[in-house]
Amino acid sequence: MADVLLRGTGITRRWGGLVAVNDVSLDFERGAVHAVIGTNGAGKSTLINILSGEIPPSSGRVELLGQDVTAWTQPRRARAGLGRSYQRTTIYPSFSVFENCRLAAQAHVQKPWCWWQRAAACEVSTADARTAAARAGLSDFLDREAGLLSHGQKRQLEIAMCLATKPQVLLLDEPLAGMGAEETDRMLGLLDELRAGHAILLVEHDMDAVFRIADRITVMVNGAVIASDTPDAVRNSAEVQAAYLGGH
Amino acid sequence: MFDGIDRSKLFFVAAVFIALALYPSVGGKYGTDLVTKIMILAIFALSLELLVGGTGLVCFGHAAFFGIGAYIAVKLSPEADAASLFWLLPASVLAAALYALAVGSLSLRTKGVYFIMVTLAFAQMAYYVVHDTPLGGGTDGIYLNVKPSVFGPIDLDKPLVFYALTLFWLVAVFGLLAVLARSRFGRALAGIRVNEQRMRATGFSTYPYKLAAFTVSGGIAGLAGFLFAVKDGFVNPELLSWHQSGAVLIMIILGGIGHLRGALIGAFAYTLLQEFFKSEAIFGAFAKHWHLGLGLTIIVSVALLPKGLVGLPAVLKTRLSGSGTRRAEEGAANG
Repeated sequence: MADVLLRGTGITRRWGGLVAVNDVSLDFERGAVHAVIGTNGAGKSTLINILSGEIPPSSGRVELLGQDVTAWTQPRRARAGLGRSYQRTTIYPSFSVFENCRLAAQAHVQKPWCWWQRAAACEVSTADARTAAARAGLSDFLDREAGLLSHGQKRQLEIAMCLATKPQVLLLDEPLAGMGAEETDRMLGLLDELRAGHAILLVEHDMDAVFRIADRITVMVNGAVIASDTPDAVRNSAEVQAAYLGGH
Repeated sequence: MFDGIDRSKLFFVAAVFIALALYPSVGGKYGTDLVTKIMILAIFALSLELLVGGTGLVCFGHAAFFGIGAYIAVKLSPEADAASLFWLLPASVLAAALYALAVGSLSLRTKGVYFIMVTLAFAQMAYYVVHDTPLGGGTDGIYLNVKPSVFGPIDLDKPLVFYALTLFWLVAVFGLLAVLARSRFGRALAGIRVNEQRMRATGFSTYPYKLAAFTVSGGIAGLAGFLFAVKDGFVNPELLSWHQSGAVLIMIILGGIGHLRGALIGAFAYTLLQEFFKSEAIFGAFAKHWHLGLGLTIIVSVALLPKGLVGLPAVLKTRLSGSGTRRAEEGAANG
């Protein structure tokens, strides 16, 4: 039986008269990269924001690891195992790469009352930070100020920060945006490795990359899902071709 | 910057505190009194630095906590008897912290300019309570008839004793905030300052963190207010006025936001500049227009030193060597 880590049921979000997300029900399973594609304004980012708890849905429910988390705040969902990256790089530019990861890892050992202990002496968060940075291929840049990294490295760092919190579900909003061919290859290699232990939602515009990596593809148009199937089935769907892929 | 203590910073701070400890032996009566006042303002500035530089919250109503600490010290002291410092000081700090908790719990629901305005509004509310109600004694303020007692021969009426008490608290507050900044709590506050969205996405509920910082900051401002009231034996509503909130904000800007040393240096620079421009010996009749000189100097200083006086050594180094601009700028950012 499939190991569903994150499930959205009947998710709808209205902004006034506009329905940004319309009755979307999706499952995200461990060991699978589930890509969500669609034109700009199709509701992909809104869907991620609802799943991660950044905005509430107008209706519908979100289940994380079998629990109803619809009413949970974003930080609580994050601590329960949901990590996300943003379309626009969201890191701590003035901190070192290591401190970016360490602070993320600290989310599991917050202990805000231990004022006398140095954060840098926290063994759990320093170990988790090193592991996460290594997995994302940033071990050689630990001391570099994060704002000075290249664009591709910043995207890697954002993934590393997600990993440092030891999530089970990763919601990745256009992790390949603005990347060169080589950086894209490296990132796809990383996602391929991460697939084994995680359920991954990938929102991406790079169709070649999506068809290379995805186990399942959902196509959204105007807030609604028009297809959700294997890459081959989606590629051959007449409806998807008409609406979006344009004969890909 | 990220771990360990920078030796030059430690050396600077240690040198300042040793110089302050030795100062009364050469400073004379007037100088000792002035430096006592500056040290109290430095504690006040440090409390605001925790919010502005440490957490990224610009509070424009910090005088309220300072003033509440001061008023509580006076109001709780018996008419003709000495209160014990050992309960009066904690009571002042606690009262200021409680007001900060109340103000913070409401104002921290807003952000940016709205936060600035809401904190100002709450400070004005406290100002009018002491200014216009029987609680506060009106425009003229109230006197503290008998200074609090400590124990044995320690007499706060003696300027040197009070100087020592103030220096003790300055060192204690500086040490507390330095340790705090390196703790997990302090790092989380820094994360909130740099990118609150990322903090929430990684699993930090940021509101309680900000509220805790706001409350601690208010308590420390209350400590400064307490010392201020005991020093002069007098409080008036001006302690809570928005001018006072603005002055302490200017102190940390002048000194350099993001550094505890900045608050220390800023309190000294601001007060000494004020004394300078107020001096009739230097400016004669023009001294009554001291606001003009002070304001212009601050504008020029902030324009030339956007990172505050803390960044001065790096700027000088660049100018003198004529090279290594980038390194100097980085040094100023990290220093």
